[in-house]
Amino acid sequence: MSAQRPAAALGADAVADVVRAEYGRVIAGLIRRYGDIGLAEDALGEAIVIALERWPQEGVPPNPAGWLTTTASRKALDHLRREKVRDEKYAEATMLTDDTPPEPTGPVTDDRLRLIFTCCHPALAEPARVALTLRLLGGLTVAEIASAFLIPETTMAQRITRAKAKIAKAGIPYRIPERADLAERLDGVLAVLYLVYNEGYLSSTADNADRQDLADEAIRLTRAVRLIADEIGSPPEVDGLLALMLLSQARRPARIAADGSLVTLDDQGRTNWDSHLIDEGHAIVRECLRRNAPGPYQLQAAIQAVHTDALDVSLTDWRQIVALYDQLMHVRPSPVVALNRAVALAELDGPQVALAIVDGLELTAYAPWHATRADLLRRLGRTNDARRAYAAAIATTENPAERAWLASRRKTLG
Amino acid sequence: MTQYLLSVPGSVDDEMPSDDVIQEMFATVEKFNQKVRNAGKWVFAGGLEPIATATTVDATGDSPTVTDGPFSEAKEYLGGFWVIEAADLDEALQWAKEGSAACGGPVEVRPFAGEA
Repeated sequence: MSAQRPAAALGADAVADVVRAEYGRVIAGLIRRYGDIGLAEDALGEAIVIALERWPQEGVPPNPAGWLTTTASRKALDHLRREKVRDEKYAEATMLTDDTPPEPTGPVTDDRLRLIFTCCHPALAEPARVALTLRLLGGLTVAEIASAFLIPETTMAQRITRAKAKIAKAGIPYRIPERADLAERLDGVLAVLYLVYNEGYLSSTADNADRQDLADEAIRLTRAVRLIADEIGSPPEVDGLLALMLLSQARRPARIAADGSLVTLDDQGRTNWDSHLIDEGHAIVRECLRRNAPGPYQLQAAIQAVHTDALDVSLTDWRQIVALYDQLMHVRPSPVVALNRAVALAELDGPQVALAIVDGLELTAYAPWHATRADLLRRLGRTNDARRAYAAAIATTENPAERAWLASRRKTLG
Repeated sequence: MTQYLLSVPGSVDDEMPSDDVIQEMFATVEKFNQKVRNAGKWVFAGGLEPIATATTVDATGDSPTVTDGPFSEAKEYLGGFWVIEAADLDEALQWAKEGSAACGGPVEVRPFAGEA
Protein backbone atom coordinates (compact mmCIF):
# COMPACT_ATOMS: atom_id res chain seq x y z
CA MET A 1 0.00 0.00 0.00
CA SER A 2 2.90 2.31 -0.65
CA ALA A 3 0.79 4.34 -3.08
CA GLN A 4 -1.50 5.43 -0.25
CA ARG A 5 -1.46 9.08 0.53
CA PRO A 6 -1.56 10.17 4.14
CA ALA A 7 -5.18 10.56 5.18
CA ALA A 8 -4.64 13.99 6.65
CA ALA A 9 -3.64 15.40 3.27
CA LEU A 10 -6.82 14.21 1.67
CA GLY A 11 -9.74 16.58 1.76
CA ALA A 12 -12.95 16.21 -0.20
CA ASP A 13 -11.43 18.31 -3.00
CA ALA A 14 -8.51 15.93 -3.35
CA VAL A 15 -10.91 13.00 -3.53
CA ALA A 16 -12.88 14.86 -6.20
CA ASP A 17 -9.67 15.34 -8.20
CA VAL A 18 -8.83 11.65 -8.09
CA VAL A 19 -12.39 10.72 -8.98
CA ARG A 20 -12.51 13.16 -11.86
CA ALA A 21 -9.25 11.89 -13.30
CA GLU A 22 -10.62 8.33 -13.31
CA TYR A 23 -14.24 9.10 -14.22
CA GLY A 24 -14.05 8.56 -17.99
CA ARG A 25 -12.13 5.30 -17.72
CA VAL A 26 -14.42 3.84 -15.07
CA ILE A 27 -17.73 4.91 -16.63
CA ALA A 28 -16.69 3.61 -20.06
CA GLY A 29 -15.90 0.20 -18.55
CA LEU A 30 -19.19 0.11 -16.68
CA ILE A 31 -21.17 1.07 -19.79
CA ARG A 32 -19.39 -1.64 -21.75
CA ARG A 33 -20.24 -4.20 -19.09
CA TYR A 34 -23.85 -3.23 -18.41
CA GLY A 35 -24.81 -1.65 -21.72
CA ASP A 36 -26.76 1.05 -19.91
CA ILE A 37 -25.45 4.60 -19.46
CA GLY A 38 -28.01 5.53 -16.80
CA LEU A 39 -27.28 2.47 -14.68
CA ALA A 40 -23.53 3.03 -15.00
CA GLU A 41 -23.85 6.68 -13.95
CA ASP A 42 -26.04 5.88 -10.95
CA ALA A 43 -23.73 3.11 -9.78
CA LEU A 44 -20.60 5.23 -10.18
CA GLY A 45 -22.33 8.11 -8.38
CA GLU A 46 -22.96 5.85 -5.39
CA ALA A 47 -19.37 4.58 -5.46
CA ILE A 48 -18.12 8.17 -5.42
CA VAL A 49 -20.23 8.95 -2.36
CA ILE A 50 -18.65 5.98 -0.58
CA ALA A 51 -15.19 7.12 -1.69
CA LEU A 52 -15.84 10.57 -0.25
CA GLU A 53 -16.69 8.93 3.09
CA ARG A 54 -13.85 6.44 3.20
CA TRP A 55 -10.81 7.77 1.35
CA PRO A 56 -10.18 10.76 3.62
CA GLN A 57 -10.11 8.29 6.53
CA GLU A 58 -8.44 5.27 5.01
CA GLY A 59 -6.36 6.86 2.28
CA VAL A 60 -6.74 6.58 -1.47
CA PRO A 61 -6.59 2.93 -2.53
CA PRO A 62 -3.53 1.99 -4.61
CA ASN A 63 -5.69 1.58 -7.71
CA PRO A 64 -8.49 4.17 -7.43
CA ALA A 65 -9.98 3.30 -10.84
CA GLY A 66 -10.12 -0.38 -9.90
CA TRP A 67 -11.65 0.44 -6.52
CA LEU A 68 -14.32 2.64 -8.12
CA THR A 69 -15.06 0.00 -10.76
CA THR A 70 -15.47 -2.77 -8.20
CA THR A 71 -17.60 -0.68 -5.86
CA ALA A 72 -19.75 0.68 -8.69
CA SER A 73 -20.15 -2.82 -10.12
CA ARG A 74 -21.50 -4.05 -6.79
CA LYS A 75 -23.94 -1.16 -6.73
CA ALA A 76 -25.01 -1.85 -10.31
CA LEU A 77 -25.61 -5.50 -9.46
CA ASP A 78 -27.70 -4.44 -6.47
CA HIS A 79 -29.83 -2.33 -8.79
CA LEU A 80 -30.20 -5.16 -11.26
CA ARG A 81 -31.18 -7.66 -8.56
CA ARG A 82 -33.81 -5.27 -7.27
CA GLU A 83 -35.14 -4.83 -10.80
CA LYS A 84 -34.98 -8.53 -11.54
CA VAL A 85 -38.71 -9.07 -11.31
CA ARG A 86 -39.46 -6.08 -13.44
CA ASP A 87 -36.89 -6.77 -16.06
CA GLU A 88 -36.13 -10.39 -16.58
CA LYS A 89 -33.38 -9.94 -19.13
CA TYR A 90 -31.09 -8.37 -16.56
CA ALA A 91 -31.39 -11.46 -14.42
CA GLU A 92 -29.25 -13.57 -16.67
CA ALA A 93 -26.71 -15.25 -14.49
CA THR A 94 -23.86 -14.64 -16.92
CA MET A 95 -24.40 -10.93 -16.49
CA LEU A 96 -24.13 -11.13 -12.73
CA THR A 97 -20.81 -12.91 -12.79
CA ASP A 98 -19.38 -11.44 -15.97
CA ASP A 99 -15.68 -10.88 -15.58
CA THR A 100 -14.71 -11.71 -19.13
CA PRO A 101 -12.55 -9.15 -20.89
CA PRO A 102 -14.31 -6.98 -23.49
CA GLU A 103 -14.46 -8.55 -26.92
CA PRO A 104 -11.92 -7.07 -29.31
CA THR A 105 -13.25 -4.25 -31.50
CA GLY A 106 -10.48 -3.95 -34.03
CA PRO A 107 -7.03 -2.52 -33.69
CA VAL A 108 -7.78 -0.62 -30.51
CA THR A 109 -9.65 -2.14 -27.61
CA ASP A 110 -10.56 0.77 -25.49
CA ASP A 111 -13.82 1.35 -23.68
CA ARG A 112 -13.36 5.10 -23.77
CA LEU A 113 -12.86 5.07 -27.51
CA ARG A 114 -16.11 3.16 -27.99
CA LEU A 115 -17.82 5.60 -25.71
CA ILE A 116 -16.63 8.59 -27.70
CA PHE A 117 -17.93 7.08 -30.94
CA THR A 118 -21.25 6.51 -29.18
CA CYS A 119 -21.33 10.06 -27.82
CA CYS A 120 -20.42 11.43 -31.27
CA HIS A 121 -22.96 9.38 -33.22
CA PRO A 122 -24.31 11.35 -36.19
CA ALA A 123 -27.86 10.68 -34.93
CA LEU A 124 -27.11 13.14 -32.10
CA ALA A 125 -26.93 16.88 -32.69
CA GLU A 126 -23.43 18.31 -32.33
CA PRO A 127 -24.09 20.34 -29.15
CA ALA A 128 -25.38 17.14 -27.54
CA ARG A 129 -22.30 15.21 -28.71
CA VAL A 130 -19.92 17.66 -27.10
CA ALA A 131 -21.96 17.90 -23.90
CA LEU A 132 -22.22 14.14 -23.56
CA THR A 133 -18.51 13.64 -24.22
CA LEU A 134 -17.57 16.25 -21.61
CA ARG A 135 -20.01 14.69 -19.14
CA LEU A 136 -19.12 11.03 -19.61
CA LEU A 137 -15.47 11.10 -20.65
CA GLY A 138 -14.43 14.37 -19.08
CA GLY A 139 -16.41 13.83 -15.89
CA LEU A 140 -17.54 17.47 -15.90
CA THR A 141 -20.69 18.25 -13.97
CA VAL A 142 -23.77 19.43 -15.81
CA ALA A 143 -23.31 22.85 -14.15
CA GLU A 144 -19.75 23.11 -15.49
CA ILE A 145 -20.79 22.14 -19.01
CA ALA A 146 -23.69 24.61 -18.90
CA SER A 147 -21.31 27.37 -17.88
CA ALA A 148 -18.90 26.38 -20.67
CA PHE A 149 -21.69 26.76 -23.20
CA LEU A 150 -23.10 29.88 -21.56
CA ILE A 151 -26.57 28.33 -21.26
CA PRO A 152 -28.80 27.70 -18.23
CA GLU A 153 -28.08 24.53 -16.28
CA THR A 154 -31.64 23.22 -16.71
CA THR A 155 -31.32 23.54 -20.50
CA MET A 156 -28.04 21.64 -20.46
CA ALA A 157 -29.49 18.97 -18.16
CA GLN A 158 -32.38 18.47 -20.59
CA ARG A 159 -29.99 18.27 -23.55
CA ILE A 160 -27.89 15.58 -21.88
CA THR A 161 -30.90 13.64 -20.64
CA ARG A 162 -32.43 13.70 -24.12
CA ALA A 163 -29.21 12.49 -25.71
CA LYS A 164 -28.87 9.62 -23.23
CA ALA A 165 -32.51 8.63 -23.77
CA LYS A 166 -31.96 8.61 -27.53
CA ILE A 167 -28.89 6.38 -27.19
CA ALA A 168 -30.91 3.92 -25.10
CA LYS A 169 -34.23 4.02 -26.95
CA ALA A 170 -33.12 4.42 -30.56
CA GLY A 171 -30.48 1.75 -30.06
CA ILE A 172 -27.33 3.76 -30.78
CA PRO A 173 -24.68 1.04 -30.44
CA TYR A 174 -21.73 1.17 -28.10
CA ARG A 175 -18.90 0.35 -30.47
CA ILE A 176 -16.33 1.71 -32.84
CA PRO A 177 -18.03 1.92 -36.23
CA GLU A 178 -17.20 -0.49 -38.98
CA ARG A 179 -14.71 0.47 -41.63
CA ALA A 180 -17.40 1.63 -44.06
CA ASP A 181 -18.83 4.14 -41.57
CA LEU A 182 -15.56 5.21 -40.02
CA ALA A 183 -14.66 7.91 -42.52
CA GLU A 184 -17.95 9.77 -42.17
CA ARG A 185 -17.90 9.45 -38.38
CA LEU A 186 -14.36 10.69 -38.03
CA ASP A 187 -15.05 14.37 -38.75
CA GLY A 188 -17.58 14.58 -35.95
CA VAL A 189 -15.27 12.83 -33.51
CA LEU A 190 -12.36 15.13 -34.35
CA ALA A 191 -14.58 18.18 -33.89
CA VAL A 192 -15.62 17.01 -30.44
CA LEU A 193 -12.08 16.03 -29.41
CA TYR A 194 -10.90 19.49 -30.42
CA LEU A 195 -13.64 21.13 -28.32
CA VAL A 196 -12.73 18.90 -25.37
CA TYR A 197 -9.07 19.88 -25.81
CA ASN A 198 -10.00 23.56 -25.92
CA GLU A 199 -11.99 23.25 -22.73
CA GLY A 200 -8.88 21.69 -21.19
CA TYR A 201 -6.55 24.30 -22.70
CA LEU A 202 -8.50 27.30 -21.48
CA SER A 203 -11.27 26.33 -19.11
CA SER A 204 -14.43 28.35 -19.36
CA THR A 205 -15.31 27.79 -15.72
CA ALA A 206 -14.42 30.26 -13.01
CA ASP A 207 -12.52 27.77 -10.82
CA ASN A 208 -9.76 26.68 -13.16
CA ALA A 209 -7.37 28.33 -15.59
CA ASP A 210 -6.99 25.07 -17.43
CA ARG A 211 -8.10 21.48 -17.07
CA GLN A 212 -4.95 19.49 -17.69
CA ASP A 213 -6.77 16.19 -17.28
CA LEU A 214 -9.16 17.11 -20.11
CA ALA A 215 -6.36 18.26 -22.40
CA ASP A 216 -4.42 15.05 -21.71
CA GLU A 217 -7.51 12.93 -22.30
CA ALA A 218 -8.23 14.69 -25.60
CA ILE A 219 -4.66 13.98 -26.75
CA ARG A 220 -4.80 10.38 -25.57
CA LEU A 221 -8.09 9.80 -27.41
CA THR A 222 -6.82 11.52 -30.56
CA ARG A 223 -3.81 9.19 -30.55
CA ALA A 224 -6.18 6.23 -30.20
CA VAL A 225 -8.41 7.52 -33.00
CA ARG A 226 -5.28 7.89 -35.14
CA LEU A 227 -4.53 4.20 -34.75
CA ILE A 228 -8.01 3.31 -35.98
CA ALA A 229 -7.77 5.86 -38.77
CA ASP A 230 -4.78 3.90 -40.10
CA GLU A 231 -7.34 1.32 -41.17
CA ILE A 232 -9.00 3.72 -43.57
CA GLY A 233 -5.85 5.24 -45.02
CA SER A 234 -5.03 7.78 -42.29
CA PRO A 235 -6.98 10.90 -43.21
CA PRO A 236 -4.38 13.69 -42.76
CA GLU A 237 -6.74 15.78 -40.66
CA VAL A 238 -6.37 13.28 -37.82
CA ASP A 239 -2.62 13.90 -37.89
CA GLY A 240 -3.28 17.63 -38.19
CA LEU A 241 -5.42 17.66 -35.07
CA LEU A 242 -2.90 15.64 -33.07
CA ALA A 243 -0.04 17.94 -34.12
CA LEU A 244 -2.14 20.99 -33.27
CA MET A 245 -2.82 19.64 -29.79
CA LEU A 246 0.80 18.60 -29.19
CA LEU A 247 2.21 21.97 -30.25
CA SER A 248 -0.30 23.84 -28.09
CA GLN A 249 0.41 21.48 -25.22
CA ALA A 250 4.17 21.98 -25.62
CA ARG A 251 3.77 25.62 -24.59
CA ARG A 252 1.78 24.83 -21.48
CA PRO A 253 4.72 25.00 -19.02
CA ALA A 254 5.25 28.62 -20.06
CA ARG A 255 1.61 29.63 -20.45
CA ILE A 256 0.54 30.33 -16.89
CA ALA A 257 2.57 32.45 -14.51
CA ALA A 258 3.14 31.72 -10.83
CA ASP A 259 0.39 34.19 -9.90
CA GLY A 260 -2.08 32.30 -12.09
CA SER A 261 -2.24 34.84 -14.90
CA LEU A 262 -1.82 33.96 -18.56
CA VAL A 263 1.49 34.55 -20.27
CA THR A 264 0.99 35.41 -23.94
CA LEU A 265 3.08 33.90 -26.69
CA ASP A 266 5.36 36.96 -26.92
CA ASP A 267 6.33 36.82 -23.27
CA GLN A 268 6.62 33.07 -22.79
CA GLY A 269 10.00 31.72 -21.70
CA ARG A 270 10.64 29.61 -24.76
CA THR A 271 13.21 27.44 -23.04
CA ASN A 272 10.34 26.20 -20.86
CA TRP A 273 8.49 24.78 -23.81
CA ASP A 274 8.38 20.99 -23.96
CA SER A 275 10.92 20.14 -26.68
CA HIS A 276 9.79 16.51 -27.00
CA LEU A 277 6.23 17.55 -27.80
CA ILE A 278 7.51 20.20 -30.21
CA ASP A 279 9.71 17.66 -32.02
CA GLU A 280 6.84 15.21 -32.31
CA GLY A 281 4.43 17.94 -33.48
CA HIS A 282 6.90 19.28 -36.07
CA ALA A 283 7.53 15.79 -37.44
CA ILE A 284 3.79 15.26 -37.94
CA VAL A 285 3.41 18.68 -39.60
CA ARG A 286 6.27 17.86 -41.99
CA GLU A 287 4.50 14.61 -42.84
CA CYS A 288 1.28 16.57 -43.52
CA LEU A 289 3.14 19.00 -45.79
CA ARG A 290 4.56 16.06 -47.71
CA ARG A 291 1.08 14.67 -48.32
CA ASN A 292 -0.14 18.10 -49.43
CA ALA A 293 -3.83 17.73 -48.62
CA PRO A 294 -4.27 20.70 -46.30
CA GLY A 295 -7.35 20.91 -44.09
CA PRO A 296 -8.27 23.21 -41.20
CA TYR A 297 -6.51 21.23 -38.44
CA GLN A 298 -3.35 20.77 -40.48
CA LEU A 299 -3.21 24.48 -41.28
CA GLN A 300 -3.67 25.43 -37.63
CA ALA A 301 -0.97 22.92 -36.71
CA ALA A 302 1.32 24.46 -39.33
CA ILE A 303 0.73 27.90 -37.79
CA GLN A 304 1.67 26.50 -34.38
CA ALA A 305 4.73 24.89 -35.98
CA VAL A 306 5.90 28.27 -37.29
CA HIS A 307 5.42 29.84 -33.85
CA THR A 308 7.23 27.05 -32.04
CA ASP A 309 10.02 27.12 -34.60
CA ALA A 310 11.08 30.62 -33.50
CA LEU A 311 13.53 30.60 -30.60
CA ASP A 312 12.62 34.21 -29.96
CA VAL A 313 9.39 36.02 -30.78
CA SER A 314 11.35 38.51 -32.94
CA LEU A 315 12.39 35.61 -35.17
CA THR A 316 8.77 34.63 -35.91
CA ASP A 317 8.08 34.25 -39.62
CA TRP A 318 4.92 36.39 -39.68
CA ARG A 319 4.74 36.34 -43.47
CA GLN A 320 4.36 32.56 -43.43
CA ILE A 321 1.81 32.76 -40.62
CA VAL A 322 -0.33 35.26 -42.53
CA ALA A 323 -0.08 33.05 -45.63
CA LEU A 324 -1.29 30.05 -43.61
CA TYR A 325 -4.18 32.09 -42.18
CA ASP A 326 -5.07 33.13 -45.74
CA GLN A 327 -5.29 29.45 -46.64
CA LEU A 328 -7.31 28.74 -43.49
CA MET A 329 -9.74 31.56 -44.39
CA HIS A 330 -10.10 29.84 -47.74
CA VAL A 331 -10.90 26.34 -46.43
CA ARG A 332 -12.80 27.29 -43.27
CA PRO A 333 -13.55 30.99 -42.98
CA SER A 334 -14.79 32.27 -39.63
CA PRO A 335 -14.66 35.54 -37.69
CA VAL A 336 -12.27 33.94 -35.17
CA VAL A 337 -9.86 32.92 -37.93
CA ALA A 338 -10.12 36.45 -39.38
CA LEU A 339 -9.30 37.85 -35.94
CA ASN A 340 -6.20 35.68 -35.57
CA ARG A 341 -5.11 36.56 -39.09
CA ALA A 342 -5.43 40.24 -38.21
CA VAL A 343 -3.18 39.74 -35.16
CA ALA A 344 -0.48 38.29 -37.42
CA LEU A 345 -1.05 40.97 -40.03
CA ALA A 346 -0.44 43.66 -37.40
CA GLU A 347 3.15 42.40 -37.21
CA LEU A 348 3.60 42.77 -40.97
CA ASP A 349 1.51 45.80 -41.91
CA GLY A 350 1.08 47.58 -38.58
CA PRO A 351 -1.73 47.97 -36.00
CA GLN A 352 -3.78 50.45 -38.07
CA VAL A 353 -4.38 47.94 -40.86
CA ALA A 354 -5.18 45.20 -38.36
CA LEU A 355 -7.59 47.37 -36.36
CA ALA A 356 -9.63 48.18 -39.48
CA ILE A 357 -10.14 44.43 -40.01
CA VAL A 358 -10.83 43.68 -36.34
CA ASP A 359 -13.43 46.45 -36.06
CA GLY A 360 -15.35 44.89 -38.92
CA LEU A 361 -15.76 41.54 -37.13
CA GLU A 362 -18.88 40.74 -35.16
CA LEU A 363 -17.31 39.14 -32.11
CA THR A 364 -18.42 41.38 -29.24
CA ALA A 365 -19.21 38.40 -26.99
CA TYR A 366 -15.67 37.01 -27.45
CA ALA A 367 -13.06 38.17 -24.95
CA PRO A 368 -10.07 37.79 -27.34
CA TRP A 369 -11.76 40.20 -29.76
CA HIS A 370 -11.86 42.90 -27.08
CA ALA A 371 -8.34 42.03 -25.94
CA THR A 372 -6.99 42.25 -29.50
CA ARG A 373 -8.67 45.61 -30.05
CA ALA A 374 -7.28 46.81 -26.74
CA ASP A 375 -3.74 45.84 -27.71
CA LEU A 376 -3.98 47.43 -31.17
CA LEU A 377 -5.44 50.63 -29.68
CA ARG A 378 -2.62 50.69 -27.12
CA ARG A 379 -0.05 50.37 -29.90
CA LEU A 380 -1.73 53.24 -31.73
CA GLY A 381 -1.45 55.38 -28.59
CA ARG A 382 -5.24 55.55 -28.08
CA THR A 383 -4.91 54.86 -24.36
CA ASN A 384 -8.46 55.69 -23.26
CA ASP A 385 -10.02 53.53 -25.97
CA ALA A 386 -7.60 50.75 -25.05
CA ARG A 387 -8.58 50.95 -21.39
CA ARG A 388 -12.26 50.66 -22.27
CA ALA A 389 -11.56 47.69 -24.53
CA TYR A 390 -9.67 45.88 -21.72
CA ALA A 391 -12.64 46.47 -19.39
CA ALA A 392 -14.97 44.99 -22.01
CA ALA A 393 -12.67 41.97 -22.40
CA ILE A 394 -12.60 41.35 -18.63
CA ALA A 395 -16.39 41.54 -18.51
CA THR A 396 -16.63 38.91 -21.26
CA THR A 397 -14.62 36.06 -19.70
CA GLU A 398 -14.96 33.90 -16.61
CA ASN A 399 -11.52 32.34 -16.89
CA PRO A 400 -9.43 33.46 -13.90
CA ALA A 401 -6.06 33.38 -15.70
CA GLU A 402 -7.42 35.35 -18.61
CA ARG A 403 -8.97 37.91 -16.26
CA ALA A 404 -5.74 38.32 -14.30
CA TRP A 405 -3.76 38.80 -17.48
CA LEU A 406 -6.21 41.36 -18.89
CA ALA A 407 -6.23 43.29 -15.61
CA SER A 408 -2.43 43.47 -15.60
CA ARG A 409 -2.40 44.65 -19.22
CA ARG A 410 -4.89 47.37 -18.37
CA LYS A 411 -2.71 48.43 -15.47
CA THR A 412 0.31 48.98 -17.73
CA LEU A 413 -1.70 51.70 -19.49
CA GLY A 414 -1.38 53.72 -16.28
CA MET B 1 -33.47 -6.96 -32.09
CA THR B 2 -35.53 -3.83 -32.22
CA GLN B 3 -38.22 -3.00 -34.72
CA TYR B 4 -37.78 0.30 -36.51
CA LEU B 5 -40.28 2.32 -38.49
CA LEU B 6 -38.74 3.72 -41.65
CA SER B 7 -41.22 6.30 -42.86
CA VAL B 8 -41.20 8.20 -46.11
CA PRO B 9 -42.76 11.64 -45.87
CA GLY B 10 -44.62 13.15 -48.77
CA SER B 11 -45.62 16.77 -49.28
CA VAL B 12 -48.77 18.31 -50.77
CA ASP B 13 -46.39 20.48 -52.81
CA ASP B 14 -44.80 17.47 -54.49
CA GLU B 15 -45.44 17.27 -58.17
CA MET B 16 -46.94 14.02 -59.44
CA PRO B 17 -44.12 12.21 -61.25
CA SER B 18 -44.64 10.73 -64.71
CA ASP B 19 -45.72 7.11 -65.12
CA ASP B 20 -42.26 6.06 -66.27
CA VAL B 21 -40.67 7.52 -63.18
CA ILE B 22 -43.25 5.86 -60.93
CA GLN B 23 -42.76 2.47 -62.62
CA GLU B 24 -39.01 2.72 -62.21
CA MET B 25 -39.40 3.71 -58.55
CA PHE B 26 -41.69 0.72 -57.92
CA ALA B 27 -39.09 -1.54 -59.48
CA THR B 28 -36.18 -0.24 -57.37
CA VAL B 29 -38.29 -0.30 -54.20
CA GLU B 30 -39.35 -3.88 -54.90
CA LYS B 31 -35.71 -4.81 -55.37
CA PHE B 32 -34.89 -3.21 -52.03
CA ASN B 33 -37.86 -4.95 -50.37
CA GLN B 34 -36.60 -8.28 -51.64
CA LYS B 35 -33.18 -7.55 -50.17
CA VAL B 36 -34.74 -6.79 -46.78
CA ARG B 37 -36.75 -10.04 -46.95
CA ASN B 38 -33.70 -12.07 -47.94
CA ALA B 39 -31.80 -10.64 -44.99
CA GLY B 40 -34.60 -11.75 -42.67
CA LYS B 41 -35.25 -8.17 -41.54
CA TRP B 42 -38.65 -7.69 -43.14
CA VAL B 43 -41.71 -7.10 -40.95
CA PHE B 44 -44.13 -5.06 -43.03
CA ALA B 45 -44.17 -2.25 -45.56
CA GLY B 46 -46.59 -0.30 -47.65
CA GLY B 47 -47.24 2.80 -49.67
CA LEU B 48 -50.26 4.94 -48.83
CA GLU B 49 -52.80 6.57 -51.11
CA PRO B 50 -52.55 10.39 -51.29
CA ILE B 51 -53.38 12.41 -48.18
CA ALA B 52 -56.65 13.55 -49.83
CA THR B 53 -57.98 10.06 -49.10
CA ALA B 54 -57.55 10.49 -45.32
CA THR B 55 -60.44 10.65 -42.90
CA THR B 56 -60.03 11.61 -39.24
CA VAL B 57 -62.08 10.01 -36.49
CA ASP B 58 -62.20 11.58 -33.03
CA ALA B 59 -64.02 9.76 -30.29
CA THR B 60 -62.44 11.63 -27.40
CA GLY B 61 -65.44 13.96 -26.93
CA ASP B 62 -69.08 13.34 -26.04
CA SER B 63 -69.88 11.86 -29.41
CA PRO B 64 -67.49 10.62 -32.07
CA THR B 65 -66.84 12.88 -35.03
CA VAL B 66 -65.76 11.86 -38.50
CA THR B 67 -64.02 14.51 -40.56
CA ASP B 68 -62.81 14.56 -44.12
CA GLY B 69 -59.06 15.15 -44.24
CA PRO B 70 -55.90 14.51 -42.23
CA PHE B 71 -55.43 15.08 -38.51
CA SER B 72 -52.54 17.47 -39.05
CA GLU B 73 -52.63 20.69 -41.07
CA ALA B 74 -49.00 20.17 -42.04
CA LYS B 75 -47.96 20.02 -45.66
CA GLU B 76 -45.90 16.92 -44.97
CA TYR B 77 -47.66 13.62 -44.51
CA LEU B 78 -46.80 9.95 -44.29
CA GLY B 79 -46.45 8.63 -47.81
CA GLY B 80 -45.27 5.11 -47.09
CA PHE B 81 -43.22 3.10 -44.65
CA TRP B 82 -41.26 0.00 -43.80
CA VAL B 83 -41.18 -1.82 -40.50
CA ILE B 84 -37.92 -3.70 -40.18
CA GLU B 85 -35.94 -5.64 -37.61
CA ALA B 86 -32.46 -4.35 -36.86
CA ALA B 87 -29.79 -5.06 -34.26
CA ASP B 88 -29.24 -1.39 -33.53
CA LEU B 89 -29.64 2.10 -34.94
CA ASP B 90 -26.57 1.75 -37.15
CA GLU B 91 -28.11 -1.20 -38.95
CA ALA B 92 -31.47 0.58 -39.21
CA LEU B 93 -29.73 3.66 -40.66
CA GLN B 94 -27.95 1.48 -43.21
CA TRP B 95 -31.28 0.06 -44.41
CA ALA B 96 -32.76 3.56 -44.39
CA LYS B 97 -29.98 4.81 -46.68
CA GLU B 98 -30.76 2.07 -49.18
CA GLY B 99 -34.51 2.62 -48.81
CA SER B 100 -34.13 6.35 -49.35
CA ALA B 101 -32.10 5.81 -52.51
CA ALA B 102 -34.66 3.27 -53.73
CA CYS B 103 -37.78 5.40 -53.21
CA GLY B 104 -36.16 8.72 -54.07
CA GLY B 105 -37.09 10.55 -50.86
CA PRO B 106 -35.81 11.14 -47.35
CA VAL B 107 -36.55 8.47 -44.75
CA GLU B 108 -37.25 9.03 -41.06
CA VAL B 109 -36.06 6.31 -38.69
CA ARG B 110 -37.80 5.63 -35.37
CA PRO B 111 -37.59 2.71 -33.00
CA PHE B 112 -40.76 1.07 -31.74
CA ALA B 113 -41.27 1.58 -28.02
CA GLY B 114 -40.67 -1.17 -25.52
CA GLU B 115 -37.34 -2.59 -26.60
CA ALA B 116 -34.84 -0.26 -25.00
